[in-house]
Amino acid sequence: MKLEMYSTALKQQKRKVSIRSNLNKAFKRHWQLYLLVIPPVLYFLIFKYIPMANAVIAFKDYNVVQGIWGSEWAGLKYFKLFFENPSFWPLVKNTLVLSLYTLLVGFPIPIILALLLNEIRQGIFKRSVQMVTYAPYFISTVVIVSMLTLILSPRLGIVNDVLAIFGLESINFLGEPGMFRSVYVWSDVWQHTGYNAIIYIAALAGVNPELYEAAKVDGASRLQKILHIDIPSIMPVMVIILILNVGNIMAIGFEKVYLLQNPLNLATSEIIATYVYKVGLLNANFSFATAVGLFNSVINLILLLSVNTIAKRISNNSLW
Amino acid sequence: MTRAKNSIRESLGDKVFMAIVYITLTIALLIVLLPLVYIVSASLSSPSAVTSGKVWLWPVEFSLDGYKATFKNSRILTGYTNSFIYTLFGTLISVTLTILIAYPLSRKSFYGRNVLMIFIVFTMIFNGGLIPTYLVVQNLGMIDTRWAMILPQAIAVWQVIIARTFFQTSISDDLVEASEMDGCSDIQFIWSIVIPLSKPIIAVLVLMYAVFQWNAYFDALIYLKSADLHPLQLVLRDIIILNTSGGGQMEASEMLKQQELSNLMKYCLIVVASLPVLIIYPFVQKHFVKGVMIGSLKG
Repeated sequence: MKLEMYSTALKQQKRKVSIRSNLNKAFKRHWQLYLLVIPPVLYFLIFKYIPMANAVIAFKDYNVVQGIWGSEWAGLKYFKLFFENPSFWPLVKNTLVLSLYTLLVGFPIPIILALLLNEIRQGIFKRSVQMVTYAPYFISTVVIVSMLTLILSPRLGIVNDVLAIFGLESINFLGEPGMFRSVYVWSDVWQHTGYNAIIYIAALAGVNPELYEAAKVDGASRLQKILHIDIPSIMPVMVIILILNVGNIMAIGFEKVYLLQNPLNLATSEIIATYVYKVGLLNANFSFATAVGLFNSVINLILLLSVNTIAKRISNNSLW
Repeated sequence: MTRAKNSIRESLGDKVFMAIVYITLTIALLIVLLPLVYIVSASLSSPSAVTSGKVWLWPVEFSLDGYKATFKNSRILTGYTNSFIYTLFGTLISVTLTILIAYPLSRKSFYGRNVLMIFIVFTMIFNGGLIPTYLVVQNLGMIDTRWAMILPQAIAVWQVIIARTFFQTSISDDLVEASEMDGCSDIQFIWSIVIPLSKPIIAVLVLMYAVFQWNAYFDALIYLKSADLHPLQLVLRDIIILNTSGGGQMEASEMLKQQELSNLMKYCLIVVASLPVLIIYPFVQKHFVKGVMIGSLKG
């Protein structure tokens, strides 16, 4: 009791001390810590914040001679140019469809894997499943796409050999616009399901064992336990992961899409990120590419903020 | 009586359920494992066996021809050396910078830490974009230098969060206060107390940054022009992806042997490029799962 009183009194006293003297005191006592954060802070300023400022060239007619700040203002010219571009809607559609497909398939499967793994006892089988399914996470995107190129090749690939055994016609998986999305999404599932399940496995390990015992007494089946104990227990984690995923919808990775792209499947595989790379760096159309990229980032930010708000309202789970 | 009956029926239902669980997990295991086994088996087979599609799950006409050819290729060797250099120095710089910012952020007495945290996390949800970042790298004169592979992606915010959470939970305030009483400076404290106590998290950081560096190709694609600076991943892309997606270029029969060998080399190259990562993986799996969990504590 007494201690508590002391501490509240102390807190009140602390509050009275002004911010300025707090800062002075902190600097005097911990100047070394402030010294240590200088290099990382410089890193963020140079490689993250200066680019944000540089994004101003989306509103300018950037040219190398006059530089970023010297170039003439162009207003919304480049945004208009993009919106009126015939490739605008196809790009937005390709980006959205690919992300939604990834989300729809990629979100539930790791949860199912975690729930199933949670059912079986610790042992060699469980450990092998975990070890094997996590492993592809460490394989590089280039290697994944290389494997796809070899395995799915219409002439030499093993998948088409298997199809031939069943009397099916060979499919040019990487050359057909209709196949691109499925190849992208399912290879992603192959690579990331194990890793993405870890967070749910951790959450399931934290479920109060008394709940299971109570369910046992009530005669609940295993499936009922999953539906009424496991899933509600990991709901907060699920919501957070969902928010993060939705917030990344427009930011779908450039790396793998670009590698899977070829002239044959461009109709479905050209997304905003790859378009920015091509018009920006390959055609050196800096202002236009920046405008397109900025449009993408802003949409993304709005999506993240709105999903976060919605989640906060309906489930009390949110990022902040 | 009814109770006993019930429990028998339930256990039957549960038995069926468990059978489904085991079957599903076995299928999942095979789906992940088989493509990897196939690639490794193909890489250990003879050139003609691979090209004629005789390889399924076991090497056919075992040979190391593919690997011999792979290690004779000068481009691949250069790529390998470059990737080692980028991974070594990149990881060193990344881990150092991450600890430098994560530790102060974990200390309650570090005034302004909330502002600093927002400053960092904001870069996770918004960024300037490809071209504006490219312009910074260009202005720093880093285009086509090794620095472009190491500095622009040096700190991953997620790793900072993981490290900070670890420091917060494992370095107690009492310990900090006691050291202050003894007149230990912050830098001394970090060097002689924090780092020795944080070996698990440093292992996680080293692993995550090293794998990231080893696997990276995007920065190389946009910043590096000279082939002798290219990392292995970019060499891999040139040889495998750009070559095959172009379509057939089978020619005269005398070329056949050479073609078969270069086809086999692709399988070997995949194995060789993933080997360093997959060799260390079993040893660090435990640490890395821990790392994901520490990160999720915060979430």
